[in-house]
Amino acid sequence: MRLVIRAAEALRAGRLIPITSAHVDSCLYHGEATIDFVERLVNGAAHVSVPTTLNVGALDLLHPELWRGDARTAERGKLLMGHYRALGCTPTYTCAPYQLSFARPGLGEQVAWAESNAIVFCNSVLGARTERYGDFTDIACAITGRVPDAGLHRTDARRATVVLRLSAEIPLPLLDDDALYPVLGIVLGRRAGGRIAAIDGLPPGLSEDRLKAIGAAAASSGAVAMFHAVGSTPEAATLGAALQGRAPDETLEITLAELRAARDELTTAETGAPGTLIGTVSLGTPHASLAELRAVERELAGAHPAAGVELMVSTGRNLLAEAEDEGLAQRLRAQGVELLVDTCSYIAPVLRPSPLPAMTDSGKWAFYAPGNIGVEVIFGSLRECVRSAVRGSVWRDPDLWGTA
Amino acid sequence: MNGRVLAPGSADAIAIVLREPLSLWGGMDPASGEVIDARHPQRGKNLAGRIVVMPAARGSSSSSSVLAEAVRAGHAPAGILLAEADLILAVGAAVAEELYGVRVPIVVVAPGELALIADGQAVAISEEGEITLG
Repeated sequence: MRLVIRAAEALRAGRLIPITSAHVDSCLYHGEATIDFVERLVNGAAHVSVPTTLNVGALDLLHPELWRGDARTAERGKLLMGHYRALGCTPTYTCAPYQLSFARPGLGEQVAWAESNAIVFCNSVLGARTERYGDFTDIACAITGRVPDAGLHRTDARRATVVLRLSAEIPLPLLDDDALYPVLGIVLGRRAGGRIAAIDGLPPGLSEDRLKAIGAAAASSGAVAMFHAVGSTPEAATLGAALQGRAPDETLEITLAELRAARDELTTAETGAPGTLIGTVSLGTPHASLAELRAVERELAGAHPAAGVELMVSTGRNLLAEAEDEGLAQRLRAQGVELLVDTCSYIAPVLRPSPLPAMTDSGKWAFYAPGNIGVEVIFGSLRECVRSAVRGSVWRDPDLWGTA
Repeated sequence: MNGRVLAPGSADAIAIVLREPLSLWGGMDPASGEVIDARHPQRGKNLAGRIVVMPAARGSSSSSSVLAEAVRAGHAPAGILLAEADLILAVGAAVAEELYGVRVPIVVVAPGELALIADGQAVAISEEGEITLG
């Protein structure tokens, strides 16, 4: 409770309000401090008071053979994951709890979620209400069942104050391709910082996977906790609704040139040009949905990754079970796809070491993998990534980003 | 100058002014204090024992853990000055104090005043959030 009060003071809240669920990120091992903290709670016989899901941990508990790191880190990471289970949390171990029907709060529900991409999705796409909770605060809120009545828990703070208008020059095929959305998210994070933006000019009714990609990238390049996509997200049926009837502080145009520049920055390798040899393809950050797993199968079109190329897809254990039920997981594995659960390929040492760059369709993976696991990254769409894995070198969709 | 205290404590150290926002998770190695974000212009600099001046925060909700772990490992910043309140860092400091009895003061200062602090300048932070430039 002391931590919740400290949070309330930091947010200048006058009171605490009840929550209906929580999503806890503290189960990922970052060193002994994370264990020292949870052991205080476990020894004090603490227990969560609301349904609580868990974020990714340090390792894949269902496929421990994928671990390539040292045994002690694996043991400490596993211990931490178990401690949070002992506090009464549901062992979902996914960064995409919004893909689980039992863990999706409804419009206007007050919750306490951690994990930057889940926070954005919760606020923006589900219309449920959470602040940017971090490690320690998340479990403190789950145990007390209370959050500070501040920030995004309140209607007025959810208003867009900046409008990002997509330029009319953006090619239609790009608007209809998955590759645009993580790149748009990177631009959103840079332009908005910690402000709430309304993106205008997108096709209406965007899929949850595309909205997920925008949010995950925006929460990597900025401190974004919420955005509105006019015509897609529930508090932005119209631009006026997103602005809550007031004028924006600022309206900015997003040009094709800015998007291309952001796309290029996601590649850290010397070149991401067609024909560049790759060693790894990593998909599923945030965790792949069933639709995305099916898209991997469709793009493979019966082929295997080239010799020496590892194709790994991260997903949640609950989704993997569904994919196994329909035979999809077995078919993907038979085609040489490695499926990772409970963690992510830029957190756990699971990728086969390679001197060649890694290709990804994720803005977030492209952002963090070079620092976390020391790989050079090439960014591309899911289709480009899978076809490149089959070739063993970069394949580009020639007309995707316009012809300039 | 005076600021709003998010995490109490006092410090007297050399400032490092971050030219871009930094997420501590994925951005700072808690075992050394080194900036590891591949895209950050100050990659390779060390934040341990420095007053970190951050015009804006960004990124991961795991930064609370990374700050607490850096304190445990003895490689945390001496203090953090922000232009906007950041709950994630404030809680990391609160937990570190509770577990290890080490305080990392975090203070929010008006952006115009924060801009007065130069890289390499000596900065003192008091318990009350008063900031003195050397």
